[in-house]
Amino acid sequence: MNINATGLDFVDLNEALRQSRGNCNITHCLGQRFLAAGISDKTVTVSGVPGNALGAYLNGAKIEVMGNAQDAVGDTMNDGTIVIHGNVGDAVGYAMRGGHIYVQGNAGYRAGIHMKAYKEKQPALIIGGKAGSFLGEYQAGGTIIVLGLADNDKPIVGNFPSTGMHGGKMYLRSDCKDIRFPSQVHTHPASKEELDEIDHYLRHYCSYFDKDLKELLDSPFTVVMPDSRNPYRQMYVAN
Amino acid sequence: MLKREGEIRIPSGCAIAAVISKEGKGIRGDLISEAMKPMHDRSNGLGGGFAGYGIYPEMRDFFAFHIFFDHRSTRKECEALLKERFEIVKGELIPTRKIPQITDEPIIWRYFVAPLKSMLAAEQIDENEFVARTVVKINTQLKGAYVFSSGKNMGCFKAVGFPEDVGEFYRLEEYEGYSWTAHGRYPTNTPGWWGGAHPFSLLDYSVVHNGEISSYDANRRYIEMFGYKCTLQTDTEVITYIIDYLLRRQKLTLEEVASVIAAPFWSTINAKPEKEKEKLTYLRTVFSNLLITGPFSIVFGWDGGLMALNDRLKLRSMITAEKDDKVFIASEEAAIIAMEPEAENFYAPSGGEPVIVRVKEGKF
Repeated sequence: MNINATGLDFVDLNEALRQSRGNCNITHCLGQRFLAAGISDKTVTVSGVPGNALGAYLNGAKIEVMGNAQDAVGDTMNDGTIVIHGNVGDAVGYAMRGGHIYVQGNAGYRAGIHMKAYKEKQPALIIGGKAGSFLGEYQAGGTIIVLGLADNDKPIVGNFPSTGMHGGKMYLRSDCKDIRFPSQVHTHPASKEELDEIDHYLRHYCSYFDKDLKELLDSPFTVVMPDSRNPYRQMYVAN
Repeated sequence: MLKREGEIRIPSGCAIAAVISKEGKGIRGDLISEAMKPMHDRSNGLGGGFAGYGIYPEMRDFFAFHIFFDHRSTRKECEALLKERFEIVKGELIPTRKIPQITDEPIIWRYFVAPLKSMLAAEQIDENEFVARTVVKINTQLKGAYVFSSGKNMGCFKAVGFPEDVGEFYRLEEYEGYSWTAHGRYPTNTPGWWGGAHPFSLLDYSVVHNGEISSYDANRRYIEMFGYKCTLQTDTEVITYIIDYLLRRQKLTLEEVASVIAAPFWSTINAKPEKEKEKLTYLRTVFSNLLITGPFSIVFGWDGGLMALNDRLKLRSMITAEKDDKVFIASEEAAIIAMEPEAENFYAPSGGEPVIVRVKEGKF
């Protein structure tokens, strides 16, 4: 089913989407917020520019955006997949607790802020380009992958990555020589086993955006993890 | 009774947008109004406004005062004050359109004025300082009158309402300028007064602002030492005065202004090459009281250009794009698409990274 979003506000557009049966194709989107929020059972394709909080609380549906998306994509999503054929704004994957987000291009500030995981709920955020500052701020769980495929001279991630990180894992496709990490995280070159852990994410990325897996892997990856030996050392008096 | 602006503090959400032609080509005011439509929900109808540059070419040598009056008698009183200090070349009602969305409008006039040479000589100041002092004088001492625009060949238009309605109210389609800025306001606890809407401006400087700065009082105390009076308790007013102070009085460059108000963290400064490090350290040390903390994204307009800037943590959204001779700035990409569906080179500036666009010399 097709929905032309022209002239519809976000309430009307979301209502039309909920009433639709089966797969849905939204065209001429222009800033309508909360698109596909909380839905569990559809495949939604969006052309135009979806508004903030696209796929918030998403509960199993699949969203594919044929261009850029704005801020807070997948805010608190629980399950499902979001694929963005472009860049995203700030705070993509904000507090997501399940599901997968694939971004072809760059992400803004605070990507993956406060992602979390529990048992079978293992969210993943895959950013093809570069990420802004505060990547994975307060990350508590899940996997963040940044591939750095972008034509600019910026570093793969901006300032203050993984500030307050206390769980989960971050993979940066770079040797990260010029990146300053906070003292509470460890970084090391990714091992073969660690790369195997994210193999299926990389394969999906390549198939969504028509990239070559071999080329992706022909570059060092750095793994960032919280130093879990004594995470509260900085907070309490050592005695 | 509702408290007025200045008697109560108002945190805001907001939307901003701007467009500029680097070739100085005329852009109709209704284009910027279009940008505000997809961002409707970022405002709550309690304030919207626009600033247009290059809109009064036939009057370009005169300061254009836009003034709100509560009563006819206030206008008479204000005109008497203006006549003591200026030659009034023209005075007229600003044309508006009656629409149901905009109500309770004050009396809105504009005056094209030239400072009296004798007054300038007597006060021993240049005409810009003279005009700035007059604006502060009217806004603080003349109850019921408020000068909301005072630059040359530019003008602010603002009201209580949603921005797209404010654009219709002021008949923006009848103006052409080489650059425009726009603002939609979302104060959460407001008396909603026309003067409190954005842009805020002084001389040809104007600021639209989305955010909620936390350094307001520290900034205010410092800037008031230099003769400014913050009368409205809004962030944007103090930002306008800070920029005026640093640019016009301290003669800093725009890039330096950005490094003062959105100064990098010390850890970031320390990682810079020696020369840059020295300069940033100097600016941060000398003007430490003018560091603006808390979330903001602003567009600063002046005679011949625009500057977009985010707070150093980038706690508000901002995106820029281009098409031919035009550069677009907005809180949301959708707003830019509403102005120019074919816009390209979308770019999200980092926190504290100014985006400065100037109209080519001689084109404005």
